[in-house]
Amino acid sequence: MKLKLILPLLLFVVLVGFLGKGLFLNPREVPSPLIGKPAPTFEAPVLGDSSKTFYTEEMKGKVWLLNMWASWCVACREEHPLLVEMRKHDIPLYGLAYKDVETNALAVLESMGDPYITTANDADGTIGIDYGVYGVPETYVIDKKGIIRYKQIGPITPEALRDTILPLLKELAV
Amino acid sequence: MIRNLSLVLLLAFATSSFANEIVTDSHIDARLRQLSTELRCLVCQNSTLADSDAPLAQDLRREIRKLMEAGKTDEEIVAYLVERYGDFVTFRPPVNASTALLWFGPFIMLIIGAITLVIVLKKRAAILTSEENAS
Amino acid sequence: MNPVIGHYALILALFVAALQAALPLAGLSKNNEKLFAFAAPMARIQSALIIFSFLILTYAFYANDFSVYYVAVTSNSHLPLIFRLAAVWGGHEGSMLFWVTILAVWTLAVTFFAKELPLRFRSSLLAVMGLLTVGFLMFILFTSNPFDRIFPAPFDGRDLNPLLQDPGMVFHPPLLYMGYVGFSVAFAFAIAALLDGRLDVTWARWTRPWTTAAWVFLTLGIALGSRWAYYELGWGGWWFWDAVENASFMPWLIGTALIHSLAVTEKRDAFKAWTVLLSICAFSLSLLGTFLVRSGVLTSVHAFATDPSRGLFILLFLVVVIGGALTLFALRAQSVGLGEKFDLVSRESFLLSNNLVLFTATASVLLGTLYPLLIDAMGMGKISVGPPYFDTVFVAIMVPGIFLMGIGPIASWKKASVPDLASKLKWALGISIISALLVPSVMGRLSPMIFVGLLMAFWVISSVLVAIKTRLKAIPGNDVVKKFKMFGPAFNGMLLAHFGLAIFIIGVTMVKGYEQEYDITMHSGETTVINGYDFTFKGTLPVTGPNYKSKQGQFYVTKDGKEIDLLTPEKRYYPVQGAVMTEASISINPVRDIYISLGEELEEGGWSIRIYFKPFVQWIWLGCLLMGLGGLLTMVDKRYRLKKKVTNNESAAT
Repeated sequence: MKLKLILPLLLFVVLVGFLGKGLFLNPREVPSPLIGKPAPTFEAPVLGDSSKTFYTEEMKGKVWLLNMWASWCVACREEHPLLVEMRKHDIPLYGLAYKDVETNALAVLESMGDPYITTANDADGTIGIDYGVYGVPETYVIDKKGIIRYKQIGPITPEALRDTILPLLKELAV
Repeated sequence: MIRNLSLVLLLAFATSSFANEIVTDSHIDARLRQLSTELRCLVCQNSTLADSDAPLAQDLRREIRKLMEAGKTDEEIVAYLVERYGDFVTFRPPVNASTALLWFGPFIMLIIGAITLVIVLKKRAAILTSEENAS
Repeated sequence: MNPVIGHYALILALFVAALQAALPLAGLSKNNEKLFAFAAPMARIQSALIIFSFLILTYAFYANDFSVYYVAVTSNSHLPLIFRLAAVWGGHEGSMLFWVTILAVWTLAVTFFAKELPLRFRSSLLAVMGLLTVGFLMFILFTSNPFDRIFPAPFDGRDLNPLLQDPGMVFHPPLLYMGYVGFSVAFAFAIAALLDGRLDVTWARWTRPWTTAAWVFLTLGIALGSRWAYYELGWGGWWFWDAVENASFMPWLIGTALIHSLAVTEKRDAFKAWTVLLSICAFSLSLLGTFLVRSGVLTSVHAFATDPSRGLFILLFLVVVIGGALTLFALRAQSVGLGEKFDLVSRESFLLSNNLVLFTATASVLLGTLYPLLIDAMGMGKISVGPPYFDTVFVAIMVPGIFLMGIGPIASWKKASVPDLASKLKWALGISIISALLVPSVMGRLSPMIFVGLLMAFWVISSVLVAIKTRLKAIPGNDVVKKFKMFGPAFNGMLLAHFGLAIFIIGVTMVKGYEQEYDITMHSGETTVINGYDFTFKGTLPVTGPNYKSKQGQFYVTKDGKEIDLLTPEKRYYPVQGAVMTEASISINPVRDIYISLGEELEEGGWSIRIYFKPFVQWIWLGCLLMGLGGLLTMVDKRYRLKKKVTNNESAAT
């Protein structure tokens, strides 16, 4: 008899627990299902020189970062100076120009500095779909076996770089 | 918003005639429409792929159309998207251990509730009858 | 007028509301009757202060006082006056003030229209409402003050979101909030009854009209919101099972259950604990909705700008209010007695099984709404729960409920017989099945969902007719008109609401089953034939609105040479927010809507266009309107106005 009357209260307590936890979660951040899985392979023309082609196969045996960006993306501009800084420290950064007009993309690299070893051109966004991109910028850390180890959604922040990406790169380099 | 590329092309050729009769939706159009109402537009997050004009939504619709034309089933196409975007992309959660409560909980609750209601009503009637008889 | 006055009025209101709560509660615990007398005057002063403060904010919008930060971010001097006034509740801070203003309106209503209640009970009631007011005022003053100033004041404001610049914004939130907040009265009745130890038939009778009033507002508010979404969002959707829509739908479902269980409690003094629990749940779900909208825990198209401190505050408030109420329930609801006897097969039992269905249906909506959060909180990833889930689970649970809904009104109170019900309803069932097969054969397509939907709708309609017939037979005499007049508004209102639900189901079934969508490209001067209608596109006209520029498409719709309508969908540009909006244009008639919206402008004057055919879509909102009217009708029943009888009962009870 008594339990029956307390039951609503108990259910409410459980609910409050979840709601409280929910306050500290970000519903907009969607983790990638590709983490721990092989990075989708692709070949794409190199931005600025379409006679050359970028092959993911060539990256086997290397640890590398793939940064998806576009000239029309405001958050990418925010991130850009940090990328340039990373490049100065020899971080193996590769770019993918996502759904961009080639001249616009090149103009950004011209004016803000080119942080990429090579930039592949994904003009129609199909490579983006294979990687599950839903908003640029997004950055993938890929290990020597071609496995995606980490995905940064949104601009790389100095904190994310220091606390997550750099330690991971160190670990993978071994 | 060139979402329906083949139709657009078709119409472009047909503009010379005065009126264009659209006889029926093609099978793929109908399937695309149906399936895209069950998928989440990831950029805008709270509308479906069918209702969104975001560039990514257009790309995904184009991709789904391609897959349909290649003879893939709806299940295969959803699997293709889930592989890339996770379960978040579909508004129809998969049925598995972690969603069992979601899918079956309400029905179990209804059955248990119905049994409980009958028992409570019977017990109640019995108590009241015995009270009546006692007085 | 200086906006600071509004802020001061709110602070003052907080103290008065605290007295409104504290004095009667002290009176209750010390058994000091004198303290009860303070409740009503305090409530009136507090309500007047809040309403005054709301008017000050409204005036700031009227006068374009951009020194008020909230005005500066939600309005603009070019915004038409009517939208400037609606913009008062167009953002988080103002809509919270609006919330508490509506609470003040309900509080005033209680002080004026609940005079027949005994002083002790009425004071406890007002004390509970005072507590709620205190909570909301603290929330506004500490986290969301709409009177915050900025200096220097900007030259002009950032404008109201163009999506909200619509007549829907003028009417939808007030009705919805009247509904949401109206359940606070039922909640206060329940808490006062628990505090006072008076859970009885009179309590149920007092609660009923207030609950029904809130339910009517909520019904109309939700329907209006749905219709607004239909024409405003440009893709002809009317319900998306979005978290915030669900947040308004759950109190409605529980409110519906409550109205039905109150009938059992009033008639048989039975299931009082259950009815009290539903009263608590209805308002708790309103509060939960507020939390979900304003804390940002769920993604939603409706979500306000989010702020974790606000979320935390509301969560704390939920814990105090709902947790407190449920604790009180656990402590006090045990010894309420069984009430009168009724059989397993009786009107009472049907009402209770309806309750079970509605409660379970609410649980499924709650589960679906919160499941992504549960999964995420347990670190099991992200999932989405959307229309495919609700269309399956919610509908499957409602179907048996609607079947029972056909039987309930025909079953007699206390004791009904199964063979008798079967003989009364067998024709209704047969006719429903045949009609549910006939309609699809006319429309040209039959699917299981269409069949079930139509079957349910026709079943409800035919059982309403059987209920009328049964009632006519039960009244002696031959004059049908005279007999009909003796039905009483409560009975008529119930039937009208049930009939409204049937109309609603027809609308939903027909739209879901037979709507058609066409994506086409048209150039000026072209004619396209779709579904037997000729659409002639005469190009677009430039239109300059008060605060936007627009391209307005001109579509002549004709059928067999007869002009049907001129449809003028627009693509609007609002320069202040840099937003482009699609304004659909709809040709409405009772059996179908033709819905056109403009897509993108293509090269050489071409446009991509979406045309939808929506059969019977208006029946959805017509059905809701009938439900609301039905509810309204039950409220005028004399039963709830018998002041004398209530006081007699009161003197008998004490």
